[in-house]
Amino acid sequence: MSILIDENTKVLIQGITGSFGARHTKLSLEYGTKVVGGVTPGKGGQKFEDIVPIFDTVSEAVQETGATASAIFVPPAFAADAILEAADAGVDLIVCITEGIPVMDMMRVKAMLAGSKSRLVGPNCPGLVTPGRGEKSHGGCRIGIAPGYIHKRGNVGVVSRSGTLTYEAVWQLTQLGYGQSTCVGIGGDPINGTSHLDVLQMFNEDPETEAIILIGEIGGNAEVEAARWAKENCKKPIAGFIAGATAPPGRRMGHAGAIVGGEEDTAQAKKRILAECGIAVAETPGVMARTLLNAWGK
Amino acid sequence: MNIHEYQAKELFDRFGVPSPKGAAASSAKEAGEAAAALGVKNLVVKAQVHAGGRGKGVFKNGFKGGVHLVDSAQKAEEIAGKMLGEVLVTKQTGDEGRLVRKVMVAESVEISRELYLAILVDRQTSKPVIIVSTEGGMDIEEVAERTPEKILREYVNPLGGLQAYQVRKMCKKLDLQAHAKQFSQLINALYKLFNALDCSMVEINPLVVTTDNQVYALDAKFNFDDNALYRHPEISAMRDHDEEDPREVAAAAHELNYIGLNGNIACLVNGAGLAMATMDIIKHHGGDPANFLDVGGGASKDQVTAAFKIILGDPNVRGIFINIFGGIMDCNIVAEGVVAAARETGLSLPLVVRLEGNNVEAGKATLAASGLNIVSADGMDDGAAKIVAAVA
Repeated sequence: MSILIDENTKVLIQGITGSFGARHTKLSLEYGTKVVGGVTPGKGGQKFEDIVPIFDTVSEAVQETGATASAIFVPPAFAADAILEAADAGVDLIVCITEGIPVMDMMRVKAMLAGSKSRLVGPNCPGLVTPGRGEKSHGGCRIGIAPGYIHKRGNVGVVSRSGTLTYEAVWQLTQLGYGQSTCVGIGGDPINGTSHLDVLQMFNEDPETEAIILIGEIGGNAEVEAARWAKENCKKPIAGFIAGATAPPGRRMGHAGAIVGGEEDTAQAKKRILAECGIAVAETPGVMARTLLNAWGK
Repeated sequence: MNIHEYQAKELFDRFGVPSPKGAAASSAKEAGEAAAALGVKNLVVKAQVHAGGRGKGVFKNGFKGGVHLVDSAQKAEEIAGKMLGEVLVTKQTGDEGRLVRKVMVAESVEISRELYLAILVDRQTSKPVIIVSTEGGMDIEEVAERTPEKILREYVNPLGGLQAYQVRKMCKKLDLQAHAKQFSQLINALYKLFNALDCSMVEINPLVVTTDNQVYALDAKFNFDDNALYRHPEISAMRDHDEEDPREVAAAAHELNYIGLNGNIACLVNGAGLAMATMDIIKHHGGDPANFLDVGGGASKDQVTAAFKIILGDPNVRGIFINIFGGIMDCNIVAEGVVAAARETGLSLPLVVRLEGNNVEAGKATLAASGLNIVSADGMDDGAAKIVAAVA
């Protein structure tokens, strides 16, 4: 098992003909992911790389292909609409990679998705990977922009707001011989569809996941909320890291959500609360995997 | 992005948020004319800089105070003359201060009560939240800590908008029933502005009731969502580059994300999370980062060169740490960019490079074959330790 996606998940790509979407669709296909269709309005009937059928609308694509997940690569001005279109078509898992969506748009999208059966991951996220069992984890499900080859199939769940920090943790694990069940990048925006807590709850229920790495950063209280839940409910060892200890207050550190507002959302405060909740906090980002292995008794 | 007080006043006028009469001026003469045109006796002249603490600030020419009350247009002109073209130092500007290019001349109102009003995006609920408090003129975080009962938070459904009952609740909390109509007009206009202009925060502190029973937004702080500026060209045009760090302006022109800090170890990293973590790891090893710099997921050779020039423009920099996790990005392309940039800029400072990921062997070979004095690192901790040792 894994969470949210597995080797058999059928994936759509919204924005498949844009340069960014096309590049990562190719990489996902090479990784062995079942990309069954693409959506670009006005290009219905064409084929991507002679194999993946392109549709004008998400609902047609879902009807024709039976896809249950969709990755969104459309530009920021059109991304909110793309998310709502996927939800309307009944897609179970909507992964929005797009960076730079206005916050106002995301507030409306979240309000409109309330009560929908679709789960949104992102926006401004690297996506998800459930590694495959082949060489360099080939054969897995890669939705988004993460490098596939750094993964290895195994029993560690990874959840993070940041892309490159996720890769860092995954690569450390893989090099030490420990694979991953699923890696979820929830994105760096202040308003996102899936939280650290949501993912932690899924990892806790997933029999394949035996240990968890939770990576956060300054701003908001999502990591704190997850840690407090974990203290009471999570039976699996967790290692954590919070980026931004040296970030000056009031400045946005790249990610739209990475800004220190009050006293509770600094890296220091979050690390303290994580530790109080029984999470092994990595002293530096260079030792995330080692910190987990220690906590896990490996 | 921030704006000046006189620009906030323009936005208030456009959306019908009541505020005292006022106008901006770039010369003493203009200030005198603007003051005369307001047709009121009591005036205030305010230096326009993006920094708080103006009232208690001191100009480098010895003139005290960036905010002055005057009682004639002539005096307004005189005071404006002492502020314009001069450098104002406040507790927020640092010792270098800020050059005053504009002043605002406004009607000085007699205040009977000071209140607090703000609208911002609440991350937890994913909704706009309106915060009101009877403690105007105070730091809201301090009020929240000491007397939380004096604060009311109203969460607004982003689809349905602000409701009349919510306005009544806030009105009651602020004990403004006698001014219900004015308050309702102000809050509705402000919420409309917040939405229409994609603000991430509007803070009015203080919101005042005047002795002649007007409800006015007296001082405002705006923050706009940078992601939404593409649909508000008139707001983008309000950006004052003179108030921003020139290195940050240069970085933005190359689509690089740069924030200057006070340390001496420059860093160049791909990805915002890794860039933050790189600053942290430098600090952990006893060093002090000079900047945050995210070159993004697909940095080109030109971007790497531009990034080099920006970090070398900081005179405090004594060493550079490049930390790249090239997931999809080819490490060799990064290495070629680094070598080209180091040659072009005639780099003489210690440079530590940590490369990991796609095509890393070729990248390391390129660095080694360059003949440049580049120290290669295995992992983040090793790299941070090496650069800290190199600048010590």
